Amino acid sequence: MFPAPIEKASRGARITYQTMLPFVLVLWLAPLIAVALFSVRPAADFTAGNYWGLPSSWEFIANYGQVFTSSMPRYILNSFMITIPTVIGAVALSAMAGFALGVYRFRGNLILFFLFIAGNFVPFQILMIPVRDLTLDMGLYNTKTGLVLFHVAFQTGFCTLFMRNFIRALPFDLIEAARVEGIAEWRIFWFVVLPLMKPALAALAVLIFTFIWNDYFWAVVLTQGEAAQPVTAGITSFNAQFRAMYHLMSAGSIIAALPPVAMFFLMQKHFIAGLTLGAVK
Amino acid sequence: MYSWYKRNQIAATPWLFLIPALIMFAMYVIYPILQSFNLSLYKWDGLGDAEYVGLANYEKLLLRDRAFEISMWNNAKWLAFYLLAIPGGLFIALFLNQTVRGIRLYKSLFFFPFVISQIVVGLVFTWFYDPTFGLFNAIIGVVGLGPVNVLGDPQLATYGIIAAGLWPQTAYCMILYLTGLNAVDPEQIEAARLDGAKGMRMLWHVILPQLRPATFIAFVVTIIGALRSFDLISIMTNGGPFGSTRVLSFYMFEKSLSEYGFKMGYGAAIAVVLFLLMLIFIGYFLWRMYQDEKGGH
Repeated sequence: MFPAPIEKASRGARITYQTMLPFVLVLWLAPLIAVALFSVRPAADFTAGNYWGLPSSWEFIANYGQVFTSSMPRYILNSFMITIPTVIGAVALSAMAGFALGVYRFRGNLILFFLFIAGNFVPFQILMIPVRDLTLDMGLYNTKTGLVLFHVAFQTGFCTLFMRNFIRALPFDLIEAARVEGIAEWRIFWFVVLPLMKPALAALAVLIFTFIWNDYFWAVVLTQGEAAQPVTAGITSFNAQFRAMYHLMSAGSIIAALPPVAMFFLMQKHFIAGLTLGAVK
Repeated sequence: MYSWYKRNQIAATPWLFLIPALIMFAMYVIYPILQSFNLSLYKWDGLGDAEYVGLANYEKLLLRDRAFEISMWNNAKWLAFYLLAIPGGLFIALFLNQTVRGIRLYKSLFFFPFVISQIVVGLVFTWFYDPTFGLFNAIIGVVGLGPVNVLGDPQLATYGIIAAGLWPQTAYCMILYLTGLNAVDPEQIEAARLDGAKGMRMLWHVILPQLRPATFIAFVVTIIGALRSFDLISIMTNGGPFGSTRVLSFYMFEKSLSEYGFKMGYGAAIAVVLFLLMLIFIGYFLWRMYQDEKGGH
């Protein structure tokens, strides 16, 4: 292990390390802790200039309660209604494409594979004008469906890269054996390969959930207003409504950030496996 | 039909499985890239007819547009400083790569900033920098400095935003390196220790070469992140003050959908420049991955 394990060092070094840990962590998360503290202060503290002292009263319920009576719940619901179909769509499409690229040898295989990778590296802003037009033409501007369709298509690049590499690492003998038995190819996909892919499916699902939940650019390009906008875009109108009411804006931001955070803590192992692209095991 | 499929199963199946993904990808990614190229040769307000203007958009962009120049420079700054996330992430990973009690929770909490949306990161840092109540000025006030209005100062604002971006990006690189450190061969470390290697020498000659896959991915995601930067700028300064924090992607958005009339052709030209810039890196990444593919099979 590198650096040398601290258990083997002197007692003094060990104690220093363990007291340093929480200290460094607080430093690292300081901007966030500040916002969390803001979110439980009463409005009066801000007018009185009491930013960093103890809150004069703890207004957790009042502040967060007010967030829930605003349009915030609507935006959060929109976010879920955009994120969940995208996750299902992108994972399904890329599992199939990854299977095709990972299992079969055919002309153009590698070119298609690199096309998906390249598309995934593109700074997506360059797609803005044509995708906005396309969405308008299909009559899907300012709908959740329009946003979902684009997200599915774009995430398919990254997901296919991931799935294909994962399938490549599976024992090919299993597929060969199934073929010898005369099992149809689509059955091999469904009954042999897919069950083995569960870790990859889970990793991608968690990761895509976070990516899509946190998307802001496409939300402002393809939607406007309460009916379709997800919470990342909604928070700006929320903030405009509660301008300079920092206790409410802080509480709103924390609520908006919560679902991916919960997802991460619940599915940590899968999340990290996804992030490292399976390349560093 | 069915019997044909039966006979050609192995040849036909991959295409059947690829069709849905290919259609979506072609429609929403490949074709729009080509369309952007085409559109950049036109003048178009997004409503009426587009007027063909040849390379006029590029001419104006490259020769007579001060805002474009500033955006390019800011992109360069993003690229240069965003890469600090890699050594930063490595440093934190080395600090946390221990097995004391509760270390798993510490690792998760250090990673935390990456999971939060950039919008919230942007808001958090806007308040952090606030000249009247921000924590940043409270801290530098202790040593007698400030107050500094970071985001209100054209000289500082971009650096302030990059610093905010470095926070989640460093966390990302940290997790890549933590995973990489887990996979480092313990026998090699022991052998190097017996040879008297330690500290920086050990890190440089034994550990870093084994971390190369992690470094490669960290490099890829950081470069892409730098060129995609948009959310933080939009939320923290909206391009200001005086347009000093614009980058290409933001400038393109502003031109295309500006409240003073849509300039779609001009926006597309900016997008093409951004794409060509990115192509240098994409080419390199793909070449590296292609080498791996050839080596692997």
